[in-house]
Amino acid sequence: MPLARLIPCLDVAHGRVVKGVSFVGLRDVGDPVELAELYSDGGADELVLLDITATPEDTATMTSVVERVADVLEIPFTVGGGVRSVDDASRIIESGADRVSLNSAALADPSLITKIASRFGSQAVVVAIDAGAGVVHTHGGRVATTTPTVPWAVEACERGAGEILLTSIRQDGQRSGYDLELTVAVRNAVTIPVIASGGAGSARHVADALRVTDAALVASIVHENPTGLAGLRREIEALGIELRPLEVPYG
Amino acid sequence: MSDVVVVDYGAGNTRSVRAALTRLGRTSVVSSATSAIREADFVVLPGVGSARSAMQHLDDTGASDALRQRFAEGRATLGICLGMQLAMASSEEDGGVNGLGLLEGDVVRLKEGRVPRLGWSVVEPWGQAYYFAHSYAVRSSDTVADVEGVTVAVRRDSFLGVQFHPEKSGPAGLDFLDQCLSLA
Repeated sequence: MPLARLIPCLDVAHGRVVKGVSFVGLRDVGDPVELAELYSDGGADELVLLDITATPEDTATMTSVVERVADVLEIPFTVGGGVRSVDDASRIIESGADRVSLNSAALADPSLITKIASRFGSQAVVVAIDAGAGVVHTHGGRVATTTPTVPWAVEACERGAGEILLTSIRQDGQRSGYDLELTVAVRNAVTIPVIASGGAGSARHVADALRVTDAALVASIVHENPTGLAGLRREIEALGIELRPLEVPYG
Repeated sequence: MSDVVVVDYGAGNTRSVRAALTRLGRTSVVSSATSAIREADFVVLPGVGSARSAMQHLDDTGASDALRQRFAEGRATLGICLGMQLAMASSEEDGGVNGLGLLEGDVVRLKEGRVPRLGWSVVEPWGQAYYFAHSYAVRSSDTVADVEGVTVAVRRDSFLGVQFHPEKSGPAGLDFLDQCLSLA
């Protein structure tokens, strides 16, 4: 089994990294390329860039961000937000991203998962699920659908998704730990890896998630102290989680 | 130093490979032109996409024969991920696909663990962690490294294939790519 992964997530709006809760009080926290490099240097195993505005006018801006990030980054990254077609996915992957993340577009048209997977491989397709009270939510977690969470994860897997990015709406932003019960329920139902998301407030929370699943997404815990990622990794390792070795002398 | 040729087969993520080469001080061109592929000192066959469409594209452009010729003439080629799998005789992906046949062996779907296999694994004998993202794996008598029974590197004559992505594996990956280039 591959080593557990720690994945910082950058929310991008109009080409800048922002911080805020549910689109309210968005604050500019920096340039995506600079932050991506900083997290890469700090030992991120992957990055997720989420275009949280994703209006048609932002397409060119986001494409340019993806290209610039790809040119400096030496680790894989996933781009989500605004991927609504095979053409959108192609544009993002050809700009240098390794994977695209689908959310509401996959829910509206599940065949999109298969179409992108058959062109670029399953490893290139992440299906993001915002889950709360047993059902999938859309619009950044504000709108509940009638689709139950676990069966949707299974369908996404069967249709060719390569990974599930599972966010607990209840825990998101609370910094009181991941929803481990939800994570385990989804992971047990699918054969693909699952990234836990929502709720990280400490190294212990991340370690607890990595004991039950393949990867953990971190946001505010690292954004508040971008240079503290290396320290967070060491704390997680001290709790008994094996992460990838960063500095092994060559030869 | 001459340009490194990164083979274009329609679906590959060539940008990251080229960025890594640039960081190592090498210029590169993305091409499916037969003469460029045949004659370059170093060719990278990158890896994203599906086996069938990749082979179709390589056959249609004549790149398949150019790759076989440069292999016969002993010129260095690095296959990454799908690029390594394409060098085998055959793959069971997409209902069965014939490969370039540079190496003996075939490609089968992973059966153990979560598939796709995503993430970092330490590879011996190099002792470094590299990034993997694949659903199929090579079985070959030319295997030179494996992780948990999965082939992660093959070598025969001037062809080296790796299942991981050196261009996505941080400083260790760049070092690996640099060593490959220095062998050419």
